[in-house]
Amino acid sequence: MSLTSIDWVIMAVYSVFVLGIGVALKRYMKTSTDFFLAGRSIPAWVCGLAFISANLGAQEVIGMGASGAKYGIATSHFYWIGAIPAMVFVGIFMMPFYYGSRARSVPEYLRLRFDEKTRGLNAISFATMTIFSSGISVYAMAKLMQTLHILDSPLRRMGLPLSAGFHISIVISAIVVLVYILLGGLVSAIYNEVLQFFLIVAGFLPLVLLGLKDVGGWSGIKQQLPTAYTHSWQGMSNPHTNPLGVEWFGLVMGLGFVSSFGYWCTDFLVVQRAMAAESMSAARRTPLIASIPKMVFPFLVVLPGLIAISLPAQRASLLPSAHGTDTMKGETAVTGQGLIPPKINETTGLPMLDANGRPLLDYDLAVPNMLVHYLPTGLLGLGITALLASFMSGMAGNVTAFNTVWTYDIYQAYIHKGASDQHYLWVGRMATVFGIALSVAAAYAATHFNNIMDFLQLVFAFVNAPLFATFLLGMFWKRTTGHAAFAGLLSGTVAAAVHHGLTLPVGAVAGIKGGWLATVHVYPSEMAQNFWTAIWAWSVCMVVTVLVSLVTQPRKEEELVGLVYSLTPRISEGQLPWYKRPEALAILVVVLVLILNIIFW
Amino acid sequence: MGLDIRLPIGLLFSVIGLLLVGFGAFGDKVVYQRSLGLNVNLAWGAVLLVFGLIMLILGRRSNAIHPHAGASPDGGGPEGER
Repeated sequence: MSLTSIDWVIMAVYSVFVLGIGVALKRYMKTSTDFFLAGRSIPAWVCGLAFISANLGAQEVIGMGASGAKYGIATSHFYWIGAIPAMVFVGIFMMPFYYGSRARSVPEYLRLRFDEKTRGLNAISFATMTIFSSGISVYAMAKLMQTLHILDSPLRRMGLPLSAGFHISIVISAIVVLVYILLGGLVSAIYNEVLQFFLIVAGFLPLVLLGLKDVGGWSGIKQQLPTAYTHSWQGMSNPHTNPLGVEWFGLVMGLGFVSSFGYWCTDFLVVQRAMAAESMSAARRTPLIASIPKMVFPFLVVLPGLIAISLPAQRASLLPSAHGTDTMKGETAVTGQGLIPPKINETTGLPMLDANGRPLLDYDLAVPNMLVHYLPTGLLGLGITALLASFMSGMAGNVTAFNTVWTYDIYQAYIHKGASDQHYLWVGRMATVFGIALSVAAAYAATHFNNIMDFLQLVFAFVNAPLFATFLLGMFWKRTTGHAAFAGLLSGTVAAAVHHGLTLPVGAVAGIKGGWLATVHVYPSEMAQNFWTAIWAWSVCMVVTVLVSLVTQPRKEEELVGLVYSLTPRISEGQLPWYKRPEALAILVVVLVLILNIIFW
Repeated sequence: MGLDIRLPIGLLFSVIGLLLVGFGAFGDKVVYQRSLGLNVNLAWGAVLLVFGLIMLILGRRSNAIHPHAGASPDGGGPEGER
């Protein structure tokens, strides 16, 4: 693929703005609250857009497009069930405690509500996890730059080997993110996330419109694909009759309840965006405002995958398969589908076939191929800029969450108590440098040990799965004790690991996919196994926390005011117009998402 | 925070919009074979330009109403919603 000067100019303009925002914000960074919490001064709509953008890394854009091509419109469940209910819940029921307790982070809330050890456990696992997610984001970006051959022609001109592109992408993006966070802290990250939100819309909307025009609209897609691809709920009664390979109960409980509430309601990366809001009501509205664009995002990120696969004939892939080299140009004998090429075996250079002799498709190329196929030079530069922006803010989001948790929950709590605010501001800046250096190291680790990254992600899934049970009990049952929360979290994590060790998705071999203890149950798909791992972890954490709470000493009620639902005065927002009242917004959001589910039933 | 986010958004999209409109109007038209023969740079550039200008106007207007909102470190601006 060749970019022309207009594409490069657009990318350059964007970089100037990103850095310029950091420079413009520098003079407002006076205290640690300014740096870590944006001085609690951001309007609700800005926090709301940052709330979804922080989660919308480019891996998600590429991954959701890939899933759209693989599973069809059912991928939207990751938005409609897997995000919206949890976002409504965190805004209405949990934000009063996060924002109202004046905790500066999610682990700090755990310390206020429970005790030091529960906070320590959460802070350390969260800080480690953010570094690795940020590393994976950097790695994925450098990989995509290679797949799209973006840096090839400038590298050739400079006489550098093409492999240098990987390192150059990592170094440049790390430096840009470092500079703008050092200068503007969380505000810089939030502002850039908002820019990224608009860039993704600006870059992907023309892509979707052109693609839809080409395939003949939604009805054209329906004609080309089996019905299972264009319905999100049909066939959900049985895992074998829908492309996801999950039955409705596993989907609703595993994805819709445990995983999604565990992420949206307890992950400091997103909750930090709401904590930066200018008032309690703005903090509560943040996830609700976020959920409105969130529910239409499938049309922007899932639909390109569906369009890519429903183009009537195999079209020449403009990009070689992710792992393929330039040698595969003549390999058109084995065809993919639509814009999706077959997967290429790295060692043989030949297309990979499944058990029935049909080619395996390289779904991750759905979105990159769509961009290259439809966008002319000019808009292509904008599309690439949008992807770059989302990679960088994916990294920045993790780094800002990391520096806060590191400074407040690890450094201030265990290493150096009682220093001046200026000292903690300095530590936060250092933690930013250090966090970005670690992310880059993690990105290089991923190039050498891909399995280690898979393994770590699995471990984090185990750690995260039970968390929501702890928060639910902590916020809504005043009897819950610190010992119980800690015991529940640990046993939930162990339960997740044991469940994973005892089950396997169909067709997989024992190992990283599960079954490393023994195989007592086989799931119809990996997704079903993941959802049930989460359900088990959550249930065990719930039961253990309740049982231990009943035999341990609860805290005095007056210490829990503002931390627990039954002991906290209700917030009255009657003076606000209806569209600013969280409850009214919540009802609107729920009705809208129901309508979407019915339309795409 | 002292910087209204709508100003940089407005400026960025106005600049990108202008670039795309300019390129769409004067650049080589061969590139539009990909985009089903439509000059999408011109059309989408115009959309982005309008969006950018609207953001600029909104950002400037709110700055004119609260000229120093948020400028003082203690958040001296009105606690109002925007």
